Amino acid sequence: MSSIITRDAPRGFSAAEYMTCLTGIVWREGLRFLHQRERFVSALVRPLVWLFIFAAGFRQVLGISIIPPYETYILYEVYIAPGLMAMIQLFNGMQSSLSMVYDREMGNMRTLLVSPLPRGFLLFCKLLAGTAVSLLQVYAFLLIAWFWDITPPPSGYLTVLPALILSGLMLGSLGMLISSGIKQLENFAGVMNFVIFPMFFASSALYPLWRVQEGSPYLYYLCEANPFTHAVELIRFAFYGQINWISLAVVAACTIVFMIGAIWAYDPSRGLARRGPAGGEG
Amino acid sequence: MTSPAPITEQREAPRPDPAAVPALAIDGVSHSYGPRRALMDVSFNVQPASFTALLGLNGAGKSTLFSLITRLFGIQSGRVGIFGHDISRSPGEALRLLGVVFQPRTLDLDLSLTQNLLYHAALHGISRREAAARSAELLGRIGLADRAGSKVRDLSGGQMRRLEIARALLHRPRLLLLDEPTVGLDVKARADIISHVRQLVTEQGIGVLWATHLFDEIVAGDDLVVLHQGKVLAQGPMSRVVAEAGAQDVNTAFMRLTGAQVMPGGGT
Repeated sequence: MSSIITRDAPRGFSAAEYMTCLTGIVWREGLRFLHQRERFVSALVRPLVWLFIFAAGFRQVLGISIIPPYETYILYEVYIAPGLMAMIQLFNGMQSSLSMVYDREMGNMRTLLVSPLPRGFLLFCKLLAGTAVSLLQVYAFLLIAWFWDITPPPSGYLTVLPALILSGLMLGSLGMLISSGIKQLENFAGVMNFVIFPMFFASSALYPLWRVQEGSPYLYYLCEANPFTHAVELIRFAFYGQINWISLAVVAACTIVFMIGAIWAYDPSRGLARRGPAGGEG
Repeated sequence: MTSPAPITEQREAPRPDPAAVPALAIDGVSHSYGPRRALMDVSFNVQPASFTALLGLNGAGKSTLFSLITRLFGIQSGRVGIFGHDISRSPGEALRLLGVVFQPRTLDLDLSLTQNLLYHAALHGISRREAAARSAELLGRIGLADRAGSKVRDLSGGQMRRLEIARALLHRPRLLLLDEPTVGLDVKARADIISHVRQLVTEQGIGVLWATHLFDEIVAGDDLVVLHQGKVLAQGPMSRVVAEAGAQDVNTAFMRLTGAQVMPGGGT
């Protein structure tokens, strides 16, 4: 019987174990995404509605002057494409946060959190997995957008990738941070109203900021301070093989801050502990 | 935040026999949600190769206790050790030795049985090849080998529970927690699961903590912990707890211990 009790010396975790865990989480998130076809379709339809309908209607209203990174006059569709790519990631980030709230209520989150690997690492894996899913969505969107004359230089599809990864991580960790503060699923409507819409509209996604400045300087400052603006600009420049250093710095800094915040909030001795039981008893 | 004093490694050191290290040691654990106190100075042990029933009504604090042991919540005061590893200080080592079956279903319904198991294995850093072998073996043991590729959604409630138990065993833990695992199952499925878990205790020497409010799941040789309104009212071998309460069976003993305020499904 004593063979049962042989006590291991603490041995930590090998790099291979971390890798296995990371690929496992990404793999599972991908599988789940593929099984939720409605989610994929709606993730695709949303930006396409903006592209096909909104942009077509606004094309005549809003003239776009030549601003970097563009070198010629561009169609409005071309202008908002990067904004829509970021929007896909914004929704995806918030949707993962929704699924985390759901997971926590339903108990799925527990299977993740009882893994012996460090919790910060687990949450980081979850973020990477969510970002990977958003990349699938963005590239599917770009494929369709190509037929709609959104045609960057071919290398743009590659150069935009690191920008998308970074912005995906930023928006994902923001979602995770928010999800740690949401007690119940129903509050997601609040996230839509107070996070997604303001972030999207008070940004450079739909209109260049110089236009905003003409209308309202205050709104301009708000847009400039909005991390989402910088995600959009980072993607926009990267799409044309350029780097917007200020946006890169802002997005990188926000990613770090949001991620630390989320990991902090999910630390059992802090964030979650203050709340009541997750529904098991009451 | 209270900081627990250094734990068990030293405390257990004077004991020469490693078998004396309890599979689970709960030591003076209290927990509150704001002003509401869910657990008050709870202490008990689960020995390896033993079946310990944690008996309490809904709201007694069972789920809170499980959340603390599994590190879903931080420990506010007291200590929890798993084979001598403090859950707050070395969570990795502690959680590695722990398998859990939570009360709510925690399977991915749209994934297959094997995919669910492989995901869990990955969370424990078990390589794909090893995980596939263990999954196949465990699915065979719970009689679901031929369903390996089907979606979990298509399983019955009892089959899902069996799968969850298999999943909890995938990383070969030596302590298994089950939070009311038979709730909502039919008589046959309940009996299957109970006998399966009892087999794990006798054949593999796993220490089991089985939370329940169903008295008929407890048999004579079990250890018993009676939790009521956040306090441990009695603990020890079942026969002793029953005798000390001056009762004939667990049911009566429980009623006597918890007093008149007992009502089915009661609690906070």
